[in-house]
Amino acid sequence: MGDVLGVAATHGVVSGMGGLRAAGDLVARMQMSRGMRIKEAKNFVANKLGVSLRDLTDPVIMAEIREDLQLGLINPQPGLAMGMEAKFRISELLGIEINSLHRFKGKAGL
Amino acid sequence: MANKKILTWMGDGSFVELTESEIKEDLEGGTKDAADRGRIDPLTQDELDHLFDIYSSSSPPGHVEQGNEVVFTYDTTCNEIQRNLLPIDRTQMLQLYEKALGADTVELGHIDYSFKAIKPIVGYERSVLEQALLVTTVPVMYGAMPNLGIYSQPDGPAPNSSELMSAGKIEEARAASEAAIEHAVADMVFVASELYESGADGIDFDTTGAAGDPDFLATLRAVEILKKKYPDMCIEMGMSGEFVLGMHGDLHYEDIRLAGLFPHEQVKLAEKAGVTIFGPVVNTTTADSCAWNVARVATFLKACVEQSNIPVHANMGMGVGGVPLNSIPPIDAVARASKAVVDITQLDGL
Repeated sequence: MGDVLGVAATHGVVSGMGGLRAAGDLVARMQMSRGMRIKEAKNFVANKLGVSLRDLTDPVIMAEIREDLQLGLINPQPGLAMGMEAKFRISELLGIEINSLHRFKGKAGL
Repeated sequence: MANKKILTWMGDGSFVELTESEIKEDLEGGTKDAADRGRIDPLTQDELDHLFDIYSSSSPPGHVEQGNEVVFTYDTTCNEIQRNLLPIDRTQMLQLYEKALGADTVELGHIDYSFKAIKPIVGYERSVLEQALLVTTVPVMYGAMPNLGIYSQPDGPAPNSSELMSAGKIEEARAASEAAIEHAVADMVFVASELYESGADGIDFDTTGAAGDPDFLATLRAVEILKKKYPDMCIEMGMSGEFVLGMHGDLHYEDIRLAGLFPHEQVKLAEKAGVTIFGPVVNTTTADSCAWNVARVATFLKACVEQSNIPVHANMGMGVGGVPLNSIPPIDAVARASKAVVDITQLDGL
């Protein structure tokens, strides 16, 4: 009920994958697009990235990988992909269709 | 040693001092309560011992066991910010969650968080969503509540089933509920379709079943229609309570009576309808300790996760999932509930 620090931030610290800090958004996308359970989704993303399961929540390793593959960073750097640009790379990496990307391509005539 | 006092919390967030023996009794009582109500297995002794370690420690847990981290979906990230009166745009709210809180997904929603309320302004909601999708990288869901109650007169088109029930007009009350279902299904399908056509990564039906079995049935039917229309659509169904209230009492889906279903039974119907992610709720009881509540929560959720073939994201906000029923819950109590539920149930997300 509005206590972002008390609930959302606390869960994030205790049990979260960290979103763009690591690989949380990528694992979430596999649950959402393929209905994968957590272990299957983590294995799928780790295999695609060529990293261990442990690396998926390591912000140091994942920041380098996200930078190299242009997957979007929690602290965007000049010249690197962000927002919709990063979704092009994520879609290609994971082999999934992203609804907003699909519609963006249609509207942009790509 | 068994009489050593431990400072812990009640389900309303207030402090209470319990001995180690009392905490153990509460853990055993909580799992027994869930097992009896749901006719499911209680937690094992090893699991109870793990919960005891979490709830008897003098310091809050730092993190779940390495490798057990889970992903998060939300029942509107926007409302949490809006309720704090931060004067920022909703797209910025989503960016705050993405960039400041490390959210794995975010959810756009309107402050009047019901499909019926969104229907007349859905065009505006589409524009906001389309802009947000350009500047965010994590998946963006759109969420709202089925909220069948607002389809009753004087606010809605259907006769008021609660008033009719109170007057002893049982058949008329049931007919009113059934009429409301038809209106709600049409609104949910319309609004969800519009937002999906704008690029939403998924639709969240939040607090499903809040108005009982007709509310649950309406949502199952809407999901079924949407999955036929858009087979790739991600649909999350977040529940409102741990069992489905029998406000009608004689509604069925796939020949299963809806009234009285617990999470491990609800998830099977959600799967059949086409739900992608199921969000079970187990309510927090204010008159019992957080240890009692979490043992109960973990018992229900473990059964739900075992029965499910789809990802399970438990509701762990204020008043559910062992989190105290207080709008500003103690961080320590939330941290222990978070670790306890993830470690014990091996669920897919929160």
